[in-house]
Amino acid sequence: MVESRLARVLLRIASGGVLAFLYLPLVVVVIYAFNTSRIQAWPPAGFTLHWFGEAANNPQVIGALVNSLLAASLATVLALVLGTLAAMAVHRYSFFGRQTISFLLVLPIALPGVVTGVALQTTFITFGIDFGLMTIVVGHATFCVVIIYNNVIARLRRLPSSPEEASADLGGDMWTTFRRVTGPRLGTALMSGALLSFALSFDEIIVTLFTAGPGTQTIPLFIFASLQQPRELPVVNVVAFVLILASIVPVWLATRLSGAETAGARL
Amino acid sequence: MTTATTPPDPPRRPSFVRRLSIWLFPRRRLQVGLLLSTPLGWLTIVYLGSLFILLLNAFWEKDTFTGNVEPFNWTLRAFELLINGEAYRTVALRTIAMAALVTVTCAVLAFPIAYYMARIASPRVRNAMVVAVLMPLWAAYLVKVYAWRTIIQGNGLLEWVLNPFGIDGPSLRAISNSWLVLSYLWLPYMILPLYAGLERIPKSLLEASADLGGKARTTFRRVILPLSFPSLVAGSIFTFSLTLGDYITPDLVSDAKFIGNVIYDNSSLGNLPLAAAYSLLPITIMIVYLAVARRLGAFDSL
Repeated sequence: MVESRLARVLLRIASGGVLAFLYLPLVVVVIYAFNTSRIQAWPPAGFTLHWFGEAANNPQVIGALVNSLLAASLATVLALVLGTLAAMAVHRYSFFGRQTISFLLVLPIALPGVVTGVALQTTFITFGIDFGLMTIVVGHATFCVVIIYNNVIARLRRLPSSPEEASADLGGDMWTTFRRVTGPRLGTALMSGALLSFALSFDEIIVTLFTAGPGTQTIPLFIFASLQQPRELPVVNVVAFVLILASIVPVWLATRLSGAETAGARL
Repeated sequence: MTTATTPPDPPRRPSFVRRLSIWLFPRRRLQVGLLLSTPLGWLTIVYLGSLFILLLNAFWEKDTFTGNVEPFNWTLRAFELLINGEAYRTVALRTIAMAALVTVTCAVLAFPIAYYMARIASPRVRNAMVVAVLMPLWAAYLVKVYAWRTIIQGNGLLEWVLNPFGIDGPSLRAISNSWLVLSYLWLPYMILPLYAGLERIPKSLLEASADLGGKARTTFRRVILPLSFPSLVAGSIFTFSLTLGDYITPDLVSDAKFIGNVIYDNSSLGNLPLAAAYSLLPITIMIVYLAVARRLGAFDSL
């Protein structure tokens, strides 16, 4: 070991401090979800489960949840198709402009979300497209493609192409080869990509504020609107609590799929 | 033997997919074209097309009475407004400075923990720490901003901690809140690539540096820092770009206007050509940033 004892102790303390910083706000929100008072003052006034019932029976919350799940699923399916096709093309063939395609795919997440949002909104208005769930899906799919693409191409680079060639030699056509050889080998890469893409879409607000119509609400839009109305905040606390719990699921799944090492590597 | 009596299967015509596969096999260019047409078509039409329409709007006249944009009525008025408006320059500088500050803050906070994870922690602890850093990353963005709002606001946790020392808590208007919350939000995006980069440095290099008489500080400055720099730049793409485009956090935890706020406020109700022209600024900054990051080798570290 190169590090001195003192350095190691200091690094340990600093790491603990950063982890505490990362979890502090999450813990505070979780505690407020059980607060008896409508007002978010510290320390909390008392313990209650009342707001959970209120949130579960709130039609706005239910509607927003349904919309969020729908939008995230549709955007992920679109991104899966587009991202896998692009990754297969870029990986398997060398052609002019290959670099440009990778760059073009990264652009929607590399450029600030506000730009994507205002560009899509302007276009929808220009062509008279009605705002609603579909416009949300279009926006989300656009920046989810690169997530799938990154996951699939990373996997393809690690795999030899001989099984595909063997499949073709044995008389498998394109579709059979994809369904029985390439597809299964991409399995976990597609799943972790889909997971990340779903989560990104479910959480997205910066672009969504531009592409959602006045009548369509998603969970982030619901939280954002409720922050202006202090009466709604106890319900927001409960939604926040559930969302924090829910974020354990993708982390757990991702570590099972590919090991903790790579779970966050393919952002 | 009964099998001899069964008549042989009539020769079947190969299926359509099979014939297509055979026909396509030597035509590699066409294969690429077919694979790429859908994703490229989508990105070109939906994304680049939208950006192009936004660009056009920046040069179009806005009707002063109806507020509607008049297509193909070319003007540079939006750019004149931006260049002459002192407020727009202040907002731009404020946003860029904040993006830089948040990036530096994240780098400083991320380095010790990433280093600990990569080089000191046992494999068990390391995996647990990766999960521990990932969890807050996956937690919803608005939940995190809202959580900080409840901590910072009057009668919140921060005031409760500070008041016994006779210090007033910050109000929800202070711009320093944005700095704190944005650094918090993007910190995991810096920790993870940095951790991956530090882990890739072979241990033998550090030992070699020590053998050659390098003190810990020298080894850090001349070996670790240069070798982990590409991953630092990779992480900074996230912290910088995400700060540059955020308009929700500055709005919720402070009353400072960022580039994104001006674009958002003008996009639907105000002056669309102005919003369009202003959004060229973050686009240009990020394209330059990405080009520089690419040259520094950041894309190999993503």
